[in-house]
Amino acid sequence: MKGLLLRDLRLAIRAGGGFGLALAFFLIVVVLVPFGVGPSAGVLAPIAPGVLWLGALLACLLSLDRIFATDFEDGSLEFLATAPVPLEGIVAVKALAHWVTTGLPLTLAAPLFGVFLNLPHDGYGWLVASLALGTPALSMIGAFGAALTVCLKRGGLLLSLLVLPLYIPTLIFGADTVRRGVEGLEPSTPLILMTGITLGACALLPFAGAAALRVNLR
Amino acid sequence: MPLRMDDALLTVSELACARGGLTVLEGVSFEVYPGAVLVLRGPNGSGKTTLLRTLAGLQPAVSGSVVGAEEAVAYAGHADGLKGTLSVAENLSFWAALFGVHGIAPALQAFDLEELADRPAQALSAGQKRRLGLARMLVTGRPIWLLDEPTVSLDANSVGLFGAAVRRHLGGGGAAVIATHIDLGIDADVMDLGSFRATAPQGGVFDEAFE
Repeated sequence: MKGLLLRDLRLAIRAGGGFGLALAFFLIVVVLVPFGVGPSAGVLAPIAPGVLWLGALLACLLSLDRIFATDFEDGSLEFLATAPVPLEGIVAVKALAHWVTTGLPLTLAAPLFGVFLNLPHDGYGWLVASLALGTPALSMIGAFGAALTVCLKRGGLLLSLLVLPLYIPTLIFGADTVRRGVEGLEPSTPLILMTGITLGACALLPFAGAAALRVNLR
Repeated sequence: MPLRMDDALLTVSELACARGGLTVLEGVSFEVYPGAVLVLRGPNGSGKTTLLRTLAGLQPAVSGSVVGAEEAVAYAGHADGLKGTLSVAENLSFWAALFGVHGIAPALQAFDLEELADRPAQALSAGQKRRLGLARMLVTGRPIWLLDEPTVSLDANSVGLFGAAVRRHLGGGGAAVIATHIDLGIDADVMDLGSFRATAPQGGVFDEAFE
């Protein structure tokens, strides 16, 4: 299992692996928003929590189809399925590898990007906390969607359509956590609800993803 | 060299397998003993790949049973499962670690890959990739090899290396089921899948629903 995680991380970092793609996309969104809506702090500050969360979510979506598709195409998924490790574990480890290469860098870079959008200083801690607790759900739900669409050629569109509605609760609670933090309200309620979604996703979706893979490998 | 009935590594009885919802094989029964090779023959589309995938547990059997395959088979299909950006040694080490086998040196040596060990897999020729794909079987430590057209794109010398690897595997008490059309220079039982072609009319489930 550790070997699988290390392999996936190594593949992501090597040329063409897609590491940095999510960060670059996040950067582009955050840099372009002030050009679109105007640079004044009065406009940017209220929308900053929502834009930051939306950017992180879309950046996460960008690399989802690679989770299983590359392994499916070169045949390694079949070998993984016959290896002495449970397929549920493989789904969980692949989601973890996706999170380490996208969600984690996004979380760490978010405070810097918050500056671009004039995020009020009370929001930074909550931004990092909400992304740290919310992005694992994005990777896990995404891994499930990727498992469902793995055998479809260019299934990226269907994957996006399947996964985006499932991302909505995480987005609502995540952005609301930051907004409440900025406005000085108590942000722990949405944060706890979002953490519950993350834990639920991590507990249930490896099984759903493994079942989807088994059907798709037939 | 069949020994006794209870020594069979793999027992398949009255197996029927389907591809794309159509039953292509039925009534397949055979046993594989330690040290024995079963060669599957048959024209394209006769169900060789389907049978091997069913034995590997990648797809469920329509009916019948497979005993002994669980956690005992290593499957190699048409694709080699290589990552182009990883080196030959890294590719092999990953599978060795996953199957809990230590040391990839014997596998590299068996398929003459030692000099290529640090080369990225994407820089290999088709035959070299195939050799690496087959070397993976040696790091699984599994007793039953299921090989689907293993000699595609191999030259005569590499086929010889492959034959030698299979013979060593058999000598160590292993067994193999190989779908191939060429002579590997190994004493093998040959099974022609043409005689197991499914004849039952399709759509039975649909008809039953209205009876």
